[in-house]
Amino acid sequence: MSASVLYDAPGPRAKKLNWLYSGLVLVALLFVAWLVFSKFKETGQWEGEKWTPFIDADVWNNLLIPGLLGTLRAFAVGSLLALAFGFVFAVGRLSPLKIVSIPSAVVVEFFRSIPMLLLMFFIYFLQPSLGIQPTSIFWAVVLGLMLYNGSVIAEIIRAGVHALPKGQSEAGSAIGLTSGQVMRTILLPQAVRSMLPAIIAQLVVLLKDTALGYVLGYSELLNQVKQLDINFHNLIPAAIVVALIYIVLNTILGLVANWIEARTRRVAHTAGPVGATDTPELQTAPAAGMPSGIV
Amino acid sequence: MDLFSEYGSAILEAFGLTLRLAVFSGIFSLILGVVLAVFRVSPVPVLRWIGAAVVYTFRNTPLTLVMFFALFGLFYQLKIGASQTAPLNEQNFQLAVIALSVYTSTFVCEVLRSGINTVPLGQAEAARAIGLTFSQNLRLVVLPQALRSVLNPLASVMIAMIKNTTVAVTIGVVTAKGVNEASGQMRTMMENEADQIVLIFIIFAIGFMILTLPVGFLAGWASKKFAVIR
Repeated sequence: MSASVLYDAPGPRAKKLNWLYSGLVLVALLFVAWLVFSKFKETGQWEGEKWTPFIDADVWNNLLIPGLLGTLRAFAVGSLLALAFGFVFAVGRLSPLKIVSIPSAVVVEFFRSIPMLLLMFFIYFLQPSLGIQPTSIFWAVVLGLMLYNGSVIAEIIRAGVHALPKGQSEAGSAIGLTSGQVMRTILLPQAVRSMLPAIIAQLVVLLKDTALGYVLGYSELLNQVKQLDINFHNLIPAAIVVALIYIVLNTILGLVANWIEARTRRVAHTAGPVGATDTPELQTAPAAGMPSGIV
Repeated sequence: MDLFSEYGSAILEAFGLTLRLAVFSGIFSLILGVVLAVFRVSPVPVLRWIGAAVVYTFRNTPLTLVMFFALFGLFYQLKIGASQTAPLNEQNFQLAVIALSVYTSTFVCEVLRSGINTVPLGQAEAARAIGLTFSQNLRLVVLPQALRSVLNPLASVMIAMIKNTTVAVTIGVVTAKGVNEASGQMRTMMENEADQIVLIFIIFAIGFMILTLPVGFLAGWASKKFAVIR
């Protein structure tokens, strides 16, 4: 149901009213914007010297680019590990062997129910007692990202496999494939394909979660806001610029997800009713009930 | 265990603070989420744009950064978001609730919107046919059904929100006695008791399970009880 069925196509009177409401809302919005603007002006947030650092190549080279690289490095390593973790535990949980599937389920459910920050703290403080010196903040962040997001990805892949028609695995068994072969050659490729948008949505979450590294003191974008503030006393402008960088990065990931979704919908290589997984209802149904897309 | 005799009350107090953060943020994010969802399906274009812009901005900004803005932008610069005369710990609590509520409300909004999509076309059409206005249609026909169909995903959002209260450690939310919320308390304990890291982690992990599991069960029960039978 699209929004438009909630109300009739506006007639002349409704159109006038809509314009009136739009105008009122705009005025209110402008008023709020003006309030924020003038307050920031009062405290000197719009002064040139607070913003000129962002057109200075040195600031980018020494602070923002290293911060961005720190974020991207944690994202790249974290997402690769999370994908691997997700695959292993999705397959484990789907295994016909109870001795494999039950421990996998426990691991996935456990890490899904723990706040990621607790995981990061735990890994950080655990290292010295394991004899790992010096303590690595990077790995605390990355492993925390892996355990939580990997568990969510495992559930996404599992939901994808469950959404496939039973005939797929039955046909595989009928021609004599082992259950491992059925999983590897028939179920997983299709499940990953239909769940790719949900998986990428989870990667967006992972990218946002790299900002938790700030709490541990990992030098990523948010920590550079502090550095910028120390150097130029421009916390608010710096935070605005960094927020924009995050939004741009996530928008790029979102565009990739949309592109892949459009592409998989166009080319349905799957057999028979599997094409049904290409319909948006089925595709979003497992994802909607999952904590994917949520930190 | 001496860990409990030494830290028992602090752990309870920490989880009490986490619970308070979660309850307030839960209430406000639900209210704000419904408002945003109404904005996003409203006939007034400007409201739709505002709804979309708010959701897009906050969904794509890390919560850590939202907390940052609440403290440094909202409070230090604009002098709003918390009472200037309140004690410091109350101020940070209120700011953390604001950040969590706004951030979570965008997810509530998207869940509700997907719920609105599950309401059959005929419902809204019938409502319009008997002459209900947009707000009557939404209030009496569409939203009640939408809400009932999204109880499970809504619970997932609330569980995520409970876990997200840990991010409040960014701006340092403490009780009147100076006890941090759960993640901050766990960090303090791990710093002091380096030989009992695993046990401390398990205690806090179980604490969060006690907070989150009932939400999931409640939602599962409620979604069956209030299911829209079609």
